[in-house]
Amino acid sequence: MEDFLAARLQMAFSLGFHIVFSCIGMVMPFFMCTAHYFWLKKKDPVYLDVTKAWSKGVAIFFATGAVSGTVLSFELGLLWPRFMEHAGPIFGMPFSLEGTAFFIEAIALGFYLYGWNKFHPWFHWLTGVIVGVSGLLSGILVVAANAWMNSPAGFDFIDGQYLNIDPVKAMFNDAWFSQALHMCIAAFVSTGFAVAGVHALMILKGKNVLFHRKAFQIAAIFATIAACLQPISGDISAKDVAGRQPAKLAAMEAHFHTEKGAPLIIGGIPDVENKTVKYAIKIPKALSFMATGDFNGEVKGLDSIPVEDHPPVAITHYAFQLMVGLGMLMLGLALIYFYALIKKKHWLDSKWLLRLFVVATPMGYIALEAGWTVTEVGRQPWIIHGVMRTADAVTPMPGIAYSFYLFTAVYISLAVIVSVLLYRQITMVGKLYDSSSQTKNS
Amino acid sequence: MVYVVIVFLWTAILLYILLGGADFGAGIMELFTSKKNRHRTRKNMYEAIGPVWEANHMWLIIVIVILFVGFPKIYTTVSVYLHIPLVCMLLGIIARGTAFVFRNYDAVKDGMQKVYTPIFVVSSVVTPFFLGIIAASSVSGQIDLQAADFVSAYIFSWLNWFSLSVGLFTVTICAYLATIFIIGETTHPDDRALFIRKARRVIFVVMGAGALVFMAAYAENIPLMDWIFSDYPGVIALVLATISLVLTFIELNKGHAIILRFFAGFQVSMILFAATYSHFPDIVLLKGGENLSLLTHQGQYKTIASLGWALLIGSVFILPALFYLIYSFRTKKSEQHD
Repeated sequence: MEDFLAARLQMAFSLGFHIVFSCIGMVMPFFMCTAHYFWLKKKDPVYLDVTKAWSKGVAIFFATGAVSGTVLSFELGLLWPRFMEHAGPIFGMPFSLEGTAFFIEAIALGFYLYGWNKFHPWFHWLTGVIVGVSGLLSGILVVAANAWMNSPAGFDFIDGQYLNIDPVKAMFNDAWFSQALHMCIAAFVSTGFAVAGVHALMILKGKNVLFHRKAFQIAAIFATIAACLQPISGDISAKDVAGRQPAKLAAMEAHFHTEKGAPLIIGGIPDVENKTVKYAIKIPKALSFMATGDFNGEVKGLDSIPVEDHPPVAITHYAFQLMVGLGMLMLGLALIYFYALIKKKHWLDSKWLLRLFVVATPMGYIALEAGWTVTEVGRQPWIIHGVMRTADAVTPMPGIAYSFYLFTAVYISLAVIVSVLLYRQITMVGKLYDSSSQTKNS
Repeated sequence: MVYVVIVFLWTAILLYILLGGADFGAGIMELFTSKKNRHRTRKNMYEAIGPVWEANHMWLIIVIVILFVGFPKIYTTVSVYLHIPLVCMLLGIIARGTAFVFRNYDAVKDGMQKVYTPIFVVSSVVTPFFLGIIAASSVSGQIDLQAADFVSAYIFSWLNWFSLSVGLFTVTICAYLATIFIIGETTHPDDRALFIRKARRVIFVVMGAGALVFMAAYAENIPLMDWIFSDYPGVIALVLATISLVLTFIELNKGHAIILRFFAGFQVSMILFAATYSHFPDIVLLKGGENLSLLTHQGQYKTIASLGWALLIGSVFILPALFYLIYSFRTKKSEQHD
């Protein structure tokens, strides 16, 4: 395997792994604190059981996310030293603040996990909230750094020199808000549906139903709210990308020719050589409206961009279609659940609704990975959009393929172990956490 | 402002060695404990380390972030030429962190524990070993930017007797910190006696490994003696470290835990001081006499200023919270035992 490809794959794998763990670690504390809040307010012990069970999940995912994040901070230099040499001082601000947020998160988690019955109950609860808030803040900061790669700011690039560096401007680059918003909501959508799906499955199996029902409800409500907000943030992102990275938008949509009143292409197989998309559904003028807010607005196609600056069209297009498609399915399910909550209470007990949630369990994470693929592959061939090419950033050390195999093996085994641990935590709910079933059994 | 950043860098390295080191040491001690006592060792260690475990390892992230933001040339040179030991250390960090959590949070305590524990113990040795190698390699002058072939650029940059001996020395330091730390955590007199015996032995091992470092430096033509003995601060640091080591040894039996810990921490700080003082502001010494300096290879003014402010503001949040965490679990623990 070529070193450059190996480095890209290793980075993609590391981030793809980290993104799942950090999103769970970022969102689960909010679920945990919600259950904890109900326990403190209503004194219903089932909520306490749910809180404790979820806190184990938070601990496992936080540690795995922290470890994979530490690895990433080294991998940036190990794989992309030419990039880091120039980018580090410019986009380092969010990373140095993220260090603080992450540290606070670790401290608060220490208080929370080991603090049961040792502190004032509300202080203890508050440390859980701090875990969630600082986790979310870390996420926003890291995404702001990634946004800088899409929308470089805070320096002047003159004759290959990076001059007049302003780290604060770099952090608040044009893309930070739309990207961070989209990512945070995505974290809630994917974790919400994943957690709700797991508990729905346990309800269907008839195990510890009371426990899983409370847990399901909290996760499903978070997922519903987030899934309804996500299209709005998606629209902000689309307009943003259209203005700033026309090549990315063109690749997402497999939009080969610049035109006014451009149609929205759904699905299909892009044929890059003949610049057409086969078997696609086309909605007239919809792309122009989405990108510009005007049905007759002009959308730049790939023909307006030099060929050497084209991102890989097929991957970006498929990933984008997958993300939007799954997002729509989850939105549909969210609307059904919302309708059931306010109008059709008896639906909430029906098996078909729970089954739909079970089916949706992995959807959020698949969409999350697909969205990440869109933003990263769609930026290629640039590592810093319009400034530095990815191929120029890679380490001079040969043999990166071996490092890629090694890390892939490590990440796959970690994913397997974490899945086993979760499976065990979930199947042991009856014994470990559900106090109502324990009294029944004994 | 660059000095503020350098102070943070040095302090974060020190705290990582002290806190992260004691934490690695806990795993190392598990390896060198007889089966009979293993359970007791583990129980004492994890009661003490549990709540602060995650926070101890954050210092490494702070070190890395300071390097890549403030001193990118230094970060990237080390990343390129010490790629292999860095990857080994990372594998250690991954294995250790996950094995620790997995063994504590596996809902079923079964045969899997037999998998987690060896991984945890072995990676507790491997990680500080490679950390030591990386630290030694950055000053051993073997990083060759002009190297033409793979072996001399990416292998001999770190594979030499000096680096290996410093790796070993780092492992012993971690074990030392852990045993001293644990003496104060024991509640049972038998446990205390056990760890005091261990601490005695570990002190001899540390001194042996330290002697090995000097011999290896001599064999590799690394002027370690000159670095330490050429100016007063280095000499004073080494003398103070030795005196406090002797005092620790005498005080072990009846000494108060806090005093012992202070001595141990003081020794490690002095060793780090002696090791870094004489090259300052250089932190990476290259083959051919060219060096990477914290002052000449620093980032542009605004970068350093904003990094400094971020660190200052961050520490306002972190330090009180961290102290409160340590303090409250200390007092809660003694309340429970009373």
